[in-house]
Amino acid sequence: MVKGLAFFRRTAGAQQTTQQAVATWVRRLAFYLILLALWQGIVALGIWPGYVLPGPLDVASNLVQGIGSGLYLRAALASLERLAIGYCISLCIGIILGSLIGRVRILEETVGSLILGLQALPSVCWLPLAILWFGLSEQAIIFVVIMGALFSITLSVDAGVKNTPPIYLKAGRTLGVRGIALALHVMLPAAMPTVLNGLKQGWSFAWRSLMAGELLFFTLSLGNLLEEGSNLQDTSQVIAVMLLIIIIGVTIDTLVFGQLERRVRARWGLQGA
Amino acid sequence: MISLRTRTMQQSKPDTNGSEEPVAGAGGGISLKVEGVSKAFAGRAGNVQALASIDMTVRAGEFVCLLGPSGCGKSTLLSLIAGLEPASTGTIWADGHKVTGAGPDRVLLFQEGALFPWLDVQRNVEFGLRHAGVPAKERAARARHFLELVHLQDFAHSYVHQLSGGMRQRVAIARALALNPAVLLMDEPFGALDALTRDLLQTELEGIWAATSKTVIFVTHNVREAVALGDRVLVFSPRPGCIIGEFPVDLPRPRSLEDHALVDQAAEILTVLRGAMTVQEQEGE
Repeated sequence: MVKGLAFFRRTAGAQQTTQQAVATWVRRLAFYLILLALWQGIVALGIWPGYVLPGPLDVASNLVQGIGSGLYLRAALASLERLAIGYCISLCIGIILGSLIGRVRILEETVGSLILGLQALPSVCWLPLAILWFGLSEQAIIFVVIMGALFSITLSVDAGVKNTPPIYLKAGRTLGVRGIALALHVMLPAAMPTVLNGLKQGWSFAWRSLMAGELLFFTLSLGNLLEEGSNLQDTSQVIAVMLLIIIIGVTIDTLVFGQLERRVRARWGLQGA
Repeated sequence: MISLRTRTMQQSKPDTNGSEEPVAGAGGGISLKVEGVSKAFAGRAGNVQALASIDMTVRAGEFVCLLGPSGCGKSTLLSLIAGLEPASTGTIWADGHKVTGAGPDRVLLFQEGALFPWLDVQRNVEFGLRHAGVPAKERAARARHFLELVHLQDFAHSYVHQLSGGMRQRVAIARALALNPAVLLMDEPFGALDALTRDLLQTELEGIWAATSKTVIFVTHNVREAVALGDRVLVFSPRPGCIIGEFPVDLPRPRSLEDHALVDQAAEILTVLRGAMTVQEQEGE
């Protein structure tokens, strides 16, 4: 009975939210159409030459051409590969480091304070050091990506582990789980709602520092395409690649992290699920 | 090997008694012996003595209720028996072996249920088994069996937040039973539930206990609950906790909360408990 009622409420709520979502999307679409029209209108006034302010059609044709020739896709793949490698390394180090800082007092007082300080440093600032250490190489740029994500992840794991209700650990222990298994199967999952924020922030920092770093590199990548466009005064290419970077960023944000967040929220029954 | 049958007294249909599923493990209850156990916590204002020297023996398969006001150290004692923290002094023996740490032979159940919100009901129940290395198929079968025992087979894939307080405690009981522990340590498991749900779960627990002959230590501050469930009620006084009275309960089972003999015995125990509380408060003034 009660269950049936809750179900009814949920469907009613879902219908309402679907309607609202459609309305939101309509408004959003209208906004972008107006924006494009405005852009086209300003270009049509002919105040600035085309190589300073290209029209939306120029940018679109550049984008289609770039993607069609496979150039932009190869560049995006190169960038995403670096991001994936760097992020995964950050994830491994961050989870271990964060768990240790969260559980071991002396590490919190020492390493914890250091990481808090390093977090204040924009990750692009690691680039000069990375170039000195590794040269203008793949390692240098991956190093910067790692540094971009590492501290956010570490600090969120630390916070999550500290805020884990001790009763979950007690329950795990009384059910016969100890040591590493307890950390992997109780402590970390319990910390997940907090850790999620850090994972997301870590990815966005890593993505930003990757783009900044790639501006200096000569191998094909998204950042490199931007730099090349600038050198060739090909403003269409610059704007097209900027759009591509936004699209990739938003896609990862919603598909990977949004999805993850939704799943965790739904399982835990947190608000906004 | 013992066979565990769904025998939940009044609730279950009489003809469902035959679902005999063998369950491996320790099975029936074991004896417990608590010898001169005390516990002190380091607090801001020096050490706080939570438990004075406790001596207590529990027979294999016995249902013992620890009764006392909150803050009298009964929960601490359970935690010590579960092996979650070490005693300051004294020794605890489980089936003649010294307790040195937590183990799935003595499973503790909490007032809050402490189910894992990141796992569905089925995986919560399988949790201990999974880490004991029980193969997936057997794990699932056992989880299903114990979920049936607590009447939650239809909620195997629900998440914790979708369950009511009573359902959560049922899952917690299933999760503990799935490990087939010899001892169930229950820390006010029904304390946060409404009266109707509590009555229902008490009856179910009595049935499960009767069917499995496990040793149960049940902490409560509800006198009638203690008398309804226990073979014996041990009354605790607070700060520091010590046993001030022992009451064997010889009433026939299954017991009814409305039974006159039960109400009388509860009143008798309550008098002792009140006396202890008054003395405490006067001393405290």
